[in-house]
Amino acid sequence: MATSTHVLQKNSVSRVMLLVLACLIPGILTYAWQFGWGIVINLVWASILALSLEALALRLRNFPIKPFLSDGSAIVTAWLLALSLPPLAPWWLTLVGMIFAIGVAKHLYGGLGQNIFNPAMVGFAVLIISFPAQMTQWSAPLAIAGHHLGFVESLAVIFGGGLPDGVALDAIVSATPLDTVRTGLMQQHTLGEIHSYSHIFGSLGGVGNEWVAAAYLAGGLTLWALRIISWHVPVAFLLGIWLTAGFLHWGDAGRYAAPWFQIAAPSAMLGAFFIATDPVSGSTTPIGRLIFGLAAGFLTVIIRVFGGYPDGVAFSILLMNLCVPLIDAYTQPRVFGEPRK
Amino acid sequence: MRELHRFPGGVHPSEHKAESSSRPIHEAFIPRKLVVPVRQHIGQPAKPVVELGDRVLKGQMIAEADGYVSTAIHAPSSGIISEIGLAKVPHPSGLPDLCISIETDGKDEWIAHEGVDWRIMEAAALRGYVRDMGLAGLGGAVFPSSIKLDPAGGPAIHTLILNGGECEPWITCDDRLMQERAEEILEGARIMQHLLGAQTLLAGIEDNKQEAIAAMRTAAEKLGLDIDITSMPTLYPGGGGKQITKTLTGLDTPSGGRTTDVGVQVFNVGTAYALARAILHGEPLISRIVTVTGHVLRPQNFEVLIGTQMSELVMHAGDREAMTGIIMGGPMMGFDVPNLDAPVVKSTNCVLAKSEETFPPRPREMPCIRCTQCVSVCPAVLQPQELYWFARARNFGKAQEYHLFDCIECGCCSYVCPSHIPLVDYYRFAKSEIWAREKEKRSSDIARERHEFHLFRIEREKKEKAARLAAKAQTKKTEAPTLAPEEQDAKKKLIAEALARAQAKKASITPKNTDGLPEEKKTEIAEIEARRAKIREVAKQPVEPEKH
Ligand code: SF4
Ligand code: SF4
Repeated sequence: MATSTHVLQKNSVSRVMLLVLACLIPGILTYAWQFGWGIVINLVWASILALSLEALALRLRNFPIKPFLSDGSAIVTAWLLALSLPPLAPWWLTLVGMIFAIGVAKHLYGGLGQNIFNPAMVGFAVLIISFPAQMTQWSAPLAIAGHHLGFVESLAVIFGGGLPDGVALDAIVSATPLDTVRTGLMQQHTLGEIHSYSHIFGSLGGVGNEWVAAAYLAGGLTLWALRIISWHVPVAFLLGIWLTAGFLHWGDAGRYAAPWFQIAAPSAMLGAFFIATDPVSGSTTPIGRLIFGLAAGFLTVIIRVFGGYPDGVAFSILLMNLCVPLIDAYTQPRVFGEPRK
Repeated sequence: MRELHRFPGGVHPSEHKAESSSRPIHEAFIPRKLVVPVRQHIGQPAKPVVELGDRVLKGQMIAEADGYVSTAIHAPSSGIISEIGLAKVPHPSGLPDLCISIETDGKDEWIAHEGVDWRIMEAAALRGYVRDMGLAGLGGAVFPSSIKLDPAGGPAIHTLILNGGECEPWITCDDRLMQERAEEILEGARIMQHLLGAQTLLAGIEDNKQEAIAAMRTAAEKLGLDIDITSMPTLYPGGGGKQITKTLTGLDTPSGGRTTDVGVQVFNVGTAYALARAILHGEPLISRIVTVTGHVLRPQNFEVLIGTQMSELVMHAGDREAMTGIIMGGPMMGFDVPNLDAPVVKSTNCVLAKSEETFPPRPREMPCIRCTQCVSVCPAVLQPQELYWFARARNFGKAQEYHLFDCIECGCCSYVCPSHIPLVDYYRFAKSEIWAREKEKRSSDIARERHEFHLFRIEREKKEKAARLAAKAQTKKTEAPTLAPEEQDAKKKLIAEALARAQAKKASITPKNTDGLPEEKKTEIAEIEARRAKIREVAKQPVEPEKH
């Protein structure tokens, strides 16, 4: 006989997940406004994949499908992955990513609540290692794109129908600001030169991108206000980026981008508020979260600047996921009435 | 105004106090049969001192305190002892316990009784009197009051707190008691303060009970009692001993300790009232105020005779269709009463009738998502999600390392958990398993000792035999093949020794493995033991499977 509380707060896993999704919506709308239909199509596609794969996995593992499918966690994974991929990513790219996210990272590790790694980031990491070319064909911001793809045209691009007649690939895709900087630097250009020849840069980050980042920030703050996430991880993560980037920039402003630029990338904001805060794969203690965030921020910049990949958020978070048990074990807070050490 | 301190964590469940708090306390009926358990308090069960067929008067002692950690039991009304044996008691396990049943005669005839003059009575005698009056903490813990009133041995008590927190939803018995009988509560507090030698007397009442606060303040003024009656913010579990101590004094009870470690003793207002009745009027603890609420027609507080069946009480308050069960206590810490016929006991502060609507069954348990919402509400600042993992994995060592025993089982964690995990069940399970293991360990220690003794004996016997053979060989060589008198003596001695050994062995086996434990713990073990099987079932249920 259960003797635990006979009343419950109105709360459930689905509620938590739905709120996370709701707080992503401002970012998504801004994204669509700045970059076109691609992201919307891919979000829907990823969600369909997530639900199907989740149902399949639950079935294979003999779990009841309905309660687990409706918990919303699969959709959160889907959205986080889709938002991390180029908006016009081909359908199969999302499929492969979702298989690794839901099938491997989530269910092979034991399903909801058991995964050590953030599933969406595992999917992302697999894709960027396996399909680097597709992963860098980012949609050009509409503000500077040579052609604005309509809904049907976007659909065609994503599902293999090819480009509309007379439109070159260059007109619709471009590298991300971060990637532009990285390749520019590799070609021995200085930051100043890169800024002068590329149109991708806005006032803080990239054209369009900085708006998306701002919308993520707004959604993230709402999440915090709703007490779904604590402030520790986002603050520490952004601070980690800021300090590391600032230190490098201060050392050589010609080679290392300003901290603002690193933070205004949407991946940083999405990572700070929605990915690094994933409760399952993150730290659970206040100090642990600060360490987790700071280290992930630090690694993000290091990987962005010195690594071979266009962005470092996914890898840094995955690396830190690995350290969580250790961090948690050493950062247990003082219980009530325990003497200060 | 007193400076208030904030204890960590806490939740705001909907109060549901208005249902029962507006009506005055009503004296309940005298049931035809009273079933009075001998174990209503923490510690040794009381020892029956009546026989089947005896006529007893109201207030007559029917079972006496057995040992230091115990308290007496009295007849709640006059009548004939109709049964002494196992009967249903309110316990989550549903297991019966020793009860004394009284067939009441309806006359409700009191035994001769009068109060004592506590001002001139010696403290030890007064405490003995309190024990014989059957007093135990009425806030729910039912720890014998005589012990809590004994400052000897422990750190000096500087502050006595009268706990009028009543933070559990639905329950209003202390609220009504304070509104209606504040003077007696304060009289009781005065005696407590006297016994404890506490300089400061405080009372904490949650601010959702303004009438009670006003009544208490008026009474204090009238009695000229120096007491600081404080209105505390309503926050569950603000009425917990450690929590109210923190709120009113700012003192942190050490982890693993009690409030007395920081010089604070906490008594529930109901206990103070009962103490006043006992000392000033000689009335033992035979009734208490019970909130009968929830799915009943007339939610209300009753003064109920101990031993009254809960089902009768519910009927008295107007039972309704579709009642799904009874919770004894509040919805946060109370438990489902397995037998509705179980009697009201000293710890029954509330009888909460359930319906599907007000208390829907707990939704399906989902896996823990480590969201730490439980952490942010835990008043003990534990990591409930880690404790849950350790309890599930039966990693009890780790659970203890993570301060499992600081958990006050308040249920805040399971109240907020989005995965609807009955967390407290897991903690109770883990605690009981740990106690059980300690018990086993003790018994295996004894077994080991016994084994060692056995080896030692074999060894010694071998040596003795060798010596004997050697001696025999010696005598053979020298003398006739008859037993020498010395040898006969030696044989007798050996037999005597063997007998003594056997006796020693017997003695070494008899001690019970639980001996040497504090009384409180022993009973706890016994109670927990009973619950274990059930809880183990719960814990065994995997989160996942259950094929559809
Ligand atoms: S509230 Fe429930 S789901 Fe969240 S961490 Fe605690 S036990 Fe896990
Ligand atoms: S039941 Fe125990 S673990 Fe849960 S909130 Fe209360 S003290 Fe903390």
